[in-house]
Amino acid sequence: MGFLGSLNQERIVFAIAVAIFVIAALTLPGFFTADNLVAIVRSVSVLGILALGMAVIVIGRGIDLSMVAVMAMSVAWYLQMLGNGMSDGAALGLALAGVVVIGFANGFLVAYAEVPAIFVTLASASFVYGLVRSQLIGSDAVPVPPGHWVAELGALRLADVPVEVFVFAGLALAAFVFLRFTKWGRYVYYAGDNPAAARNVGMPVRPMLVLRYVLSSLVAFAAGILTAGSLQSMNTRVVNSTQLYDIVLVTVIGGIGLAGGKGGVRNVLIGAALIGIMLNAMTILDIPLLYQNLIKSAILLAAIIFDGVLNPRDEQTAQQGDI
Amino acid sequence: MKTLLKTAVMTAAAAGFLGAATLPAAALDDPGPAAYSAALKGKKVMLVPLSMGFDLAQGWTAFLKREIDAFGGTLETRDPNWSAEAGAQAITEAISSAEKPDVLIVMSPDLNSYSKLLKKAQQAGIYVILVDNPANFKADVYTGSDWTQLGRLEAEAVVKGCGEGSSKKIGLVQGDQVNATSLFQYAGIMEVLAKYPDFQVVAKPDSNWDATTSRNVTTTMLQQNPDICGIIDFWDGDATGAAAAIRDAGKQDQVYLVTTGGGEKTADCDRLEDGTYDAVVMTDLAHESSDMVAMIKYLLQGGQAPGTSSAYLYTLLKATTKADLTPGTCWDLQALQAAAK
Repeated sequence: MGFLGSLNQERIVFAIAVAIFVIAALTLPGFFTADNLVAIVRSVSVLGILALGMAVIVIGRGIDLSMVAVMAMSVAWYLQMLGNGMSDGAALGLALAGVVVIGFANGFLVAYAEVPAIFVTLASASFVYGLVRSQLIGSDAVPVPPGHWVAELGALRLADVPVEVFVFAGLALAAFVFLRFTKWGRYVYYAGDNPAAARNVGMPVRPMLVLRYVLSSLVAFAAGILTAGSLQSMNTRVVNSTQLYDIVLVTVIGGIGLAGGKGGVRNVLIGAALIGIMLNAMTILDIPLLYQNLIKSAILLAAIIFDGVLNPRDEQTAQQGDI
Repeated sequence: MKTLLKTAVMTAAAAGFLGAATLPAAALDDPGPAAYSAALKGKKVMLVPLSMGFDLAQGWTAFLKREIDAFGGTLETRDPNWSAEAGAQAITEAISSAEKPDVLIVMSPDLNSYSKLLKKAQQAGIYVILVDNPANFKADVYTGSDWTQLGRLEAEAVVKGCGEGSSKKIGLVQGDQVNATSLFQYAGIMEVLAKYPDFQVVAKPDSNWDATTSRNVTTTMLQQNPDICGIIDFWDGDATGAAAAIRDAGKQDQVYLVTTGGGEKTADCDRLEDGTYDAVVMTDLAHESSDMVAMIKYLLQGGQAPGTSSAYLYTLLKATTKADLTPGTCWDLQALQAAAK
């Protein structure tokens, strides 16, 4: 059991990712090229950025289902205001204020009103989408004004690598430093592992919770700006897409437990790598989307089952509220 | 004397003519307006598109509202927001409500979802017009694109765009594998490409109608086949993604990008103008809407039971390139909405 016992979900998923990578590199022409590797990282950059925000929330034993709605609607509203002729400063200020208010409201309801995060953020996602879509923007897709800095940001390349990749790398480093080396970062683990004990020893559990939801909203806004820059428009239809599930998938597949207190940035990177490599290889093979989803979910399910068998749930430390 | 006589005769003639014209006025009363008004006044039309959030749906609404208001009817819209369930619910409620609509205009999300419901609507005495998305159901009339023909036009455009000296490698960014618009479009494209055996489709991923996915699959496609000469993306709603991938790869001059759309100015004509797209097969919104209006007027006056007839009124389609652009090529959603207010 020695070797098998050392396997956990993180290592299993990492092994699968490496295996797929090696097989693809050996068998698929054009897979193991610099351009394609950049394309792989880029294709999961926005997803990875969102997953970093989600990871900090999940480690603190929460979940933010409003991220995609905040991402799409805040940026769409920002672009709409620009399109209506508002000055950039005022529009950006309003959009950012809106994002902070939503994050604050999420955090306040979870921390102080003690409503389960899954319900709060599910409701605020619908609220944000409905409010912005019906009152503030004219149609599903809002274009970036020509020559605006968002468009220029999307076209920005450093050494032929798109800017999203650097933002993803930078945010991953920032999240790593925050979680690993700062006091409040460590508190996230303690609060996630046992909120009552963390509070009893004097950690500001509730204010920190609010802060995390504000952070995840801001991360969502940043991801939205990158998406809009790359596509020259923000299409709010993504709110109805499976992107939210993909974020949760990237977050948890690398081994961050939904029960909180476990995992880190490394797990997000492994999850993002697996999804990126898999999707890229399947696209090169020209596998239809229906089959891609089937294969993706089968691998996820296999990793979870394998982990469940090797690391059975410990009834003594299992917590009420585990998902 | 002669002049005087002439004037007298002419005056008399004129007087007689005028008298003849004014006297039996009642007998020439046009029966049309009264019949028209009796059949149409107060009639209720309901539009259920896939979503109210995209250009075509908003364009139809503006056109329909102007015409329906003019004959004294009412137009209601429902916004299922891309959800087939929400759309089905809206149709179910419309059928069972006390104030049933007289005409239901439906854009179907796929071939089968609404078929039974729409049959029920016809049985309840509601005329059903299918717009732009075909379904397995005998509607009173279908107005919109012939999607197979649309695919043929896209393929012809891309073959022409690639030209003789090119690699003759083409990529397709399909929508999905359930929507009739995607399936028929594909069939039309392949039918034309069969006539050009030296052209080959090197990849045909799905975008699931999402721009980010379209960008990612197109990036991969371009890396796998660096000499690709043309790409057909199945909808302008996600073709911005394919365009971004082509731009990122610096291949705007090499890759001829064809897509299809509703012919709205910012979505299509501006994108042709700035070189994002090379050709767009466009729907003629004004004609499509006019067809709908004509059928509403005809069905409501005709007196035939719903479901009696079924006709296809295909809108004329045209592959438009930058060279064909005139100020009137596209319609302007903002202007249309401003005019409707």
